[in-house]
Amino acid sequence: MKRIILEYQQVDLILTRICHELVEKHGDFKNAALIALQPRGVFLGKVIQTKLNTLFNITTPCGELDTTFHRDDFRRNDKPLIPNVMNINFEIEGKDIILIDDVLYTGRSIRAALDAINDFGRPASMELVTLINRKYKREVPIHPDYVGENVDSRTDDYVKVDWNENKCKVWIITDKSK
Amino acid sequence: MSALSTQHLLGIKDITLQDIQLIFKTADNFKQVINRPIKKVPSLRDVTIANVFFENSTRTKISFELAEKRLSADVVNFSSSSSSVKKGETLIDTVNNILAMKVDMVVMRHPAPGAHQFLARHISANIVNAGDGTHEHPTQALLDAYSLQEKLGDLKDRKIVIVGDILHSRVALSNIYCLQKLGAKVRVCGPPTLLPKFIHSLGVEVSHNLIESLQWCDAANMLRIQLERQEDKYFPSLREYSLQYGVNLELLKKLKKNIVIMHPGPINRGVEITSDVADSDQSIILDQVENGVAIRMSVLYLLAGKKIE
Repeated sequence: MKRIILEYQQVDLILTRICHELVEKHGDFKNAALIALQPRGVFLGKVIQTKLNTLFNITTPCGELDTTFHRDDFRRNDKPLIPNVMNINFEIEGKDIILIDDVLYTGRSIRAALDAINDFGRPASMELVTLINRKYKREVPIHPDYVGENVDSRTDDYVKVDWNENKCKVWIITDKSK
Repeated sequence: MSALSTQHLLGIKDITLQDIQLIFKTADNFKQVINRPIKKVPSLRDVTIANVFFENSTRTKISFELAEKRLSADVVNFSSSSSSVKKGETLIDTVNNILAMKVDMVVMRHPAPGAHQFLARHISANIVNAGDGTHEHPTQALLDAYSLQEKLGDLKDRKIVIVGDILHSRVALSNIYCLQKLGAKVRVCGPPTLLPKFIHSLGVEVSHNLIESLQWCDAANMLRIQLERQEDKYFPSLREYSLQYGVNLELLKKLKKNIVIMHPGPINRGVEITSDVADSDQSIILDQVENGVAIRMSVLYLLAGKKIE
């Protein structure tokens, strides 16, 4: 079975709210920067970056972080781990870094991201934005700072964030055969 | 993109175009890694790699070792000159002994063509060929093609000439396979005594005229004269070879076009190419060395992802 849990408009409202929360915390973003996780966090990162600009006239860079080489399931998984593009062309040393990903589930991608970020320097702080926070199967002690929507889903469910240009809706698929 | 089609890198002949493209794409990422302040990723932290060299090597060995260390692998080095091979141990015994110490991958250079195929059939580890006699040297061909692609863009229908000692060169054979798979047109050029008899069967053009070949090509790969493999004399003197088949700056200027000059190293300066050519803007020799590490990281990473049953 497949059902929509967030429509385009709801996602838009949520992201607007998250942008407000970010500005509340980071003000004019003088010392803050966005870093989105490859591959799917990047869409979200771009939308948040654009929204910050249209709503608050804030210009902030949005890096793209690939965590493939830092993942802990290499050689433990039958699927090959093929890297994506990494694009962080600004200094992160001493910055307040806001990590962005679409779905937080086991937390292992974020663990890898925290590891990968270290290769670029030592940020002053790191926070995590996630559109969907799936509960009940966290495998590492990681918690998001800004959450779009908390979703109580079973472990065999699948949550799909479906991007169409700059908009997205979120599906939950409860029957894996679909 | 999917995974490699093979568990071992024995030669370019056995891999597909998709494999080559996947290795290149992954190498792009590793090139970025080795140009960062922290040039290391933890991907292979639970992998042990043995570098087994039955022949001398500086560049390839250092390049592999650096690639392995940049991937956080544990590395053991073995060279035949300081080992029990001198006492008469067989290849398979040597490698089995190393594997008994729980090694996951073997990077090997061996003077016998096909030594790697033999090994791959008998032991359970990923095997990377770092040169087998006069047969293949796949990572060199990959880094050559990768460096060329960086300079020239897509290699389809590009013209590449390989100049010099084709007969004794594993680099030449691997290069021919690799460039042809990428769609390039390949020509070999050298004195008739240094071209193997079967060369036509590889589908390459053959020429004995250097100037005409340089006019024809977009890039020239100048092979090293392998003095150590020439018990018989294949040409009267180095000086004569250099006059006929050596490239100097004057010759390059006469071409009225900019061709790319490559060399797999180590250079015999003044024989295959003069110093001013080696150090000119047209030469990508040092890019080849840098890319060598990225390509080898890519190969090791992709093979490590393929578990041996």
